[in-house]
Amino acid sequence: MITLSHYLILSALLFSIGLVGVYRRKNLLMLLFSTEILLNAVNVGFAAISKFYGDLTGQMFAFFIVAVAASEVAVGLGLMIVWYKRRGTLDIDSMQSMHG
Amino acid sequence: MFEAIAFYLFSAVTIAMFTIVVMSKNALYSMSALAAGMIMISGFFFLLDADFLGVVQIIVYTGAVMALYAFGMMFFDTTREVKENIRAPKLVFLLSGMTALLLVIAFVAPIVSDHIEALYPMTEGVQNPQAVGIVLFTKYLVPFEVAAVMLLVAMVAGIILAGKKMDESLTLKVDEEFQEKGAQ
Repeated sequence: MITLSHYLILSALLFSIGLVGVYRRKNLLMLLFSTEILLNAVNVGFAAISKFYGDLTGQMFAFFIVAVAASEVAVGLGLMIVWYKRRGTLDIDSMQSMHG
Repeated sequence: MFEAIAFYLFSAVTIAMFTIVVMSKNALYSMSALAAGMIMISGFFFLLDADFLGVVQIIVYTGAVMALYAFGMMFFDTTREVKENIRAPKLVFLLSGMTALLLVIAFVAPIVSDHIEALYPMTEGVQNPQAVGIVLFTKYLVPFEVAAVMLLVAMVAGIILAGKKMDESLTLKVDEEFQEKGAQ
């Protein structure tokens, strides 16, 4: 029988995979992919809690998170395209203009 | 029984796909694996009786977001391998594991102590999309409208950022030329 803990453990696992990506990646595009993983992991947790407590609030939250993720991608990709046109690279290290 | 089989299958595929996303050096592989992982996540939503959310997941993520990424990647050189200089790779795994554990403890603590009560209980005899609609258009009407405005803002921002000076090559010019143009 699959219980709430199964889903929460899965959600935590996916979240830590996404965190590994955020910590590890130096490319902006890959960083955006990792944030998508983070948002999706949280969505799974919300939907699971929503089912096992018989409450729709979790699903509502997941729904708004999907909307936020979609707009984040639109703006983020636009900024990345501008940056790539200017510098020809998406490496995060190329963004530091002050060498302290 | 079938629920258990589906759960373990979906979780194995999702974890494998997301690991590919995080580890792969090729941006194209990463994106394809991310799309596959998103589809599998929608499988969890169907398992959890959140039909509406599952459909939204497929339409928005694998339909809109992945198409957007695919369009964005036309601008970048994706056939080349992504070069990243990673310092202290073991520390990364340790740090992310610790952070995830901390976050999970912080969020699970109130659930374990059983203080959750259903604010909007699911109505009996109503299908999930209908129930979602009832709650969304009564209790969550204002956040829904705010989300709509936010999406509009994001759309305008995307068009302005990506579409500006589309007819000129921005890579062949130096920054000074742009500043001169801006000053005029």
